[in-house]
Order: sequence, then structure tokens, then C-alpha cells
Amino acid sequence: MASVTYEHVYKKFGNVIAVNDMNIEIADKEFLVFVGPSGCGKTTSLRLLAGLEEITSGDIYIGDKLVNDVPPKDRDIAMVFQSYALYPHMSVYDNMAFGLRLHKTPKDEIDRRVKAAAGVLGIEPLLDRKPKQLSGGQRQRVAVGRAIVRQPKVFLFDEPLSNLDAKLRVQTRAELSKLHKRLATTFIYVTHDQVEAMTMATRIAVIRDGILQQLAPPQKLYDLPDNVFVAGFIGSPSMNFFDATLVEQDGKLFVVSDTFKLQVPVEKMGTYKEYKGQEVIFGIRPEDIHIKAYMPPGVVSADMKGKVDVTELMGNEIFLYLFTGKKPFIARVDPRAHVSPGDIIDLSINMGNMHLFDPKTERAIR
Amino acid sequence: MTKHLNPMRIGIYVLLILFALLFLVPVYVLLASSLKTFAEVQDMSKLWVPPAGLHLESFRAAWSGIPEKGLRGLSRNLLNSVYLTVPATILSSLLGSLNGYVLAKWKFRGASVVFPLMLFGMFIPYQSVLIPLTQTLAAIGLGGTLWGLILVHVVYGIPITTLIFRNYYAEVPTDLIEAARIDGAGILSVYWRVLFPLSLPGFVVVIIWQFTNIWNEFLFAVSILQKPELQPITVALRNLAGSQIKEWNMVMAGTLIAAIPTLLVYIVLGRYFIRGLLAGSVKG
Repeated sequence: MASVTYEHVYKKFGNVIAVNDMNIEIADKEFLVFVGPSGCGKTTSLRLLAGLEEITSGDIYIGDKLVNDVPPKDRDIAMVFQSYALYPHMSVYDNMAFGLRLHKTPKDEIDRRVKAAAGVLGIEPLLDRKPKQLSGGQRQRVAVGRAIVRQPKVFLFDEPLSNLDAKLRVQTRAELSKLHKRLATTFIYVTHDQVEAMTMATRIAVIRDGILQQLAPPQKLYDLPDNVFVAGFIGSPSMNFFDATLVEQDGKLFVVSDTFKLQVPVEKMGTYKEYKGQEVIFGIRPEDIHIKAYMPPGVVSADMKGKVDVTELMGNEIFLYLFTGKKPFIARVDPRAHVSPGDIIDLSINMGNMHLFDPKTERAIR
Repeated sequence: MTKHLNPMRIGIYVLLILFALLFLVPVYVLLASSLKTFAEVQDMSKLWVPPAGLHLESFRAAWSGIPEKGLRGLSRNLLNSVYLTVPATILSSLLGSLNGYVLAKWKFRGASVVFPLMLFGMFIPYQSVLIPLTQTLAAIGLGGTLWGLILVHVVYGIPITTLIFRNYYAEVPTDLIEAARIDGAGILSVYWRVLFPLSLPGFVVVIIWQFTNIWNEFLFAVSILQKPELQPITVALRNLAGSQIKEWNMVMAGTLIAAIPTLLVYIVLGRYFIRGLLAGSVKG
């Protein structure tokens, strides 16, 4: 159990800066998720912490201990790899016991811990098998088991679910969350899947091009993204963005484009007022666009029209692919709506959840 | 799906069988002559005639020698070959394995220079280093000894064994090495506990290769080992053939004796050899 601190950490591969001035303080017992598109430096950040890559500059602490020059074996960490990296010539039992044997743990203690971990993960019947005799899901459990028997200060996970099928992934996600509660240890988890990040993390670090974009709890990241990238990356389908202008008229503030004019709620006027007359990026999530007839009550809304291009019925909702002028956007609407491609429909925008970004810096206006 | 025999196919098979027979002619002469008596082999015109009966005297003579004719048997030299080949093969394989491991999985600064330099060793002709080699061995007190020759073969084997193992280990997922490092293993325990147990196919290829080459090698052996009682079988075989009256049946028998160990190694390990050479070329 320990905190983890990145202080001005850089990692360069030749001329490529994989990690650019990373500063993160991860509290003890936190479940922190690094998320970002592939090649953004999230895995490198994890490998720097594991000691598998050398830091170009900066400091990494585990607890109070500076670990820059500490080899991986002395960092008291355990890692679950995307490929699981089970030792193919060893049985499941030996795979799990391997680290303990290297640390000269007494035999009966090893046996106790391996069996306890196998019990938690439900892999007791597999202990004598070799990795190649296991299914993907079983291998994944063994990889987790190998990590937990070590009772490390920090658990590292490098995309541990991406080789599982969709159903198993959902199930394992919940199990990892439970495991985190049970073990009460720091988890650091890398994924490109924002759903994994949202569902498991206590805090999420969104990374792009080696730069930390935002570090926040899932709900805050969703509700108050700091910039256009985070707003677009978190949430599926993605947030819609429109180029618009803030216009003041009769003491009211409007988000205006060629094809729509939406009134800004009174309580948000104070925040946005200083941008009046300027160009902005207007962001609105698909679920904040309703068909007017099915608008939920109590929403501060503004009206616009959209032309239906494609409809996708999901059962509990419909994804509408729409156009306003030539600009495409997506809405998640009530499944009772009967719309067909080509229809021009009346929409209500939940302006209480609107987002504005500065088009030059792409930062949120708050 | 069965393929029907058409004239084209029959033609191809006839041609292939002819080539196979051509290839086997020397083997036939070797076998046939070794089973003949001294009287039978003296008439060279009957080279192709099968032996009159199964005469194994030639094998006995090749093995134990004919003291009254001043001919020494090969039994001692066969053992010399074993004492030479086994340690040299094991040592050069282990060294190649360690080199390959470091070059494939612990890419140190300068590895991209060191590796090609090592490979240069493969292209140095034996003859060009013969004199400095014997002088060096003499200088370090190993001149004319079996251990001196073992050292030469170990050193000469490093490039090829390193190359084979490096390529073999390049196919082993680096995740395994990293997992072991995080689990608490250092550079040597990663090798010993994780990589070495996975190296069997690599070792089979290297062992067959090295065993065959060292067993069959003649030039270094004849240059370094002057004492007949130390010489390996390849050198002794030449001495057998070099006596005044050519006892061809005995020479052929000796040749067969000399060839048996490499054949055995290939028969026992051969199926792994093909697999090892192909390792990684097909996704497993």
C-alpha cells in the first residue's frame, strides 16, 4: 500500500517525446486509470513506474521512496500484462508461486497465499494446468492471481481486458472493481477504452501525445471536461461540437450559427459574458439533444431543427444521425420517437449541460 | 483427393529415383566394401559387386587395429572425438545461448555494433588463422592438448551459436522477461528460470550443428594435436588410409564407425531440428 507520485517526468525515444512533463499524485488505495488513444504515452507512463523503461528526466516516487534508479524487482509492484505473459513451462501454481519463491518466502506461506488467491479468483481446479491448457479468461485470472499473491504496494495493469471477448470483459471489469475494494491497494490501470476507465476508476488521467490533459473523477471528467479533446474522448457516442458565435441580444446571450440560435440559460450568463461577440466551440452531448415531443420535464431547453440522415434503434434508445445545414451531429433520443431518414424534426437542446470552448486554445470556458 | 498417375508424373518420379540412386552410389560402395574381405577389395574391378558374405573382420580390425601390420585401431580415437565434441558442443551452446539472450532481450548501448562484429567470426577462413592459433595455444600452455582444441571450437562456434540463439530468443515475447523482472528476477535468474527452460528447440538446432561440425572437423585437429593417442577419429581415419597397403574394407568400416555418432544425434534430435529451424516462421 502506497501512494505514487510523478514529478515532471519526461521520456524521450530519440526525438519522440512519449511522456511530456507528467505530474500526478496518486493517493494510497486509489484506482487510477490512464486513458488515451493508442500511442499517447499511457503505457510508457506505466512502464516508467514499473522500471521497465528509464526516465529521461524527472522523479517517480512510490510512497516516500524515490525509485528512479531502483530495478523493477525491488520496487514492490506487481503487473498484469495485456498478453498475460504467463510462463509457458510452469503450471498455474508455479506461475503464481514464482515471485514468492524468488523472494525466498517460506514454502507453507507460498502455499497458503497461492491457494487463497486461487480461491478468490475461482481458479483452484486449474492449479496443476499449464497456461496453454487454459482459456483466455482463465489465463487472465491467473495473471491477476500471480500479481495478488505478491501482496505488492502497487498493482499495475496494462490493458488487461483487451484480449477478452465483450461479455467476459464486462464481467471481469466488475470483478476487478471488487478486487480493488477487497485488497485496498493502489491500482494503476492503463486502457484505451473509456468505458473501462469510467466504470472502474476513482480518478481518470486522460493523456494525449504524452501530455496529461485532465485528471479527475469519472463524473467530473464527464460533466466538466477541461478541453475539447477530453470532451470528445470521454462518452460514447462522442460529444457534438459546433463552430458558433456568442451573441448578446436584449440582455440575453445566444449561441448562434448559420443554422441555429440557442439561448444560454440565465445562470450561465455570468460565466460566458466576457466571451460575447466572440467565436466559440459549442459542445453538447448526444443525450442532451431531445426530440421536442419527448422532452423530459424541468429542462432549460432551446429549440433547433435537424434533418435525419440515419436512425439506429438500440432498443432502449435511438441514435439519430442528423444534419444542421452541412454539419453532422448525433442525438440519443427516446425509443418511442418515430422518425425516418429525410425528416426534418424539432429538437430541444438541454442548455443546462452545454459546453463552450475557446477555439484558439481548445480549453473549456468556465 | 488422389492424384492420378499421368506420363508427366511418372517421368518426374523416374527422374527423382534416378537422382536418388546416384546420390546413394557412394553409400553403397561404402557399405559393400566394408563388408568384404581383404582379398575381395583388392580387385578394384569388382568394386560394384556385392560382398560374397557378411564379413565383419574389417570392422573388428578398424576398431582394434592389426598390431602385426602396425595398424592402430580407432576405438581410442573415437573416445577422443567424444571427449572433444561433447564438452565443446555443450560449452559453445551455452555461451551462444547467453550471448543470444543478452543481444535479444537486454539491448545494451552498442549492441548493434557488437552483434555484427561477432558474426564476422563466421567468415574467417580456418586456414588464415591456423598458425597464429597454434602459437597462441602454445603460449597459454594448451598447445597440443585436447582442451586447447576444445577451446578453439568453443571460440569458433560463438558466432553461429549466438546468431541462432539471438534469432530464436527474438521470437520469445519480451513480456515474459519483463514479467519475471517485476516478479523479482535479475538478469541471470530470468535466463535460468524463464528463458532456459523455453530454449530446448534452440539448443537442439545448435547442438546438432555444433556436434556435427566439431565431430567432422579435420584441419584444426590435425594441426593442433600431434600425438596419435590424442587425435580424434577424423585424423586417425586419414592415418588408417595412409598406410602402404590400402585395406579398403577396413578404411570403409572405419569411416562408417566415424559417421555413426553424428547420424545418431541427427536421428534422435532431427525432428526438433526441422522444427527449430522453422521456429517463428509459422505462427504457432
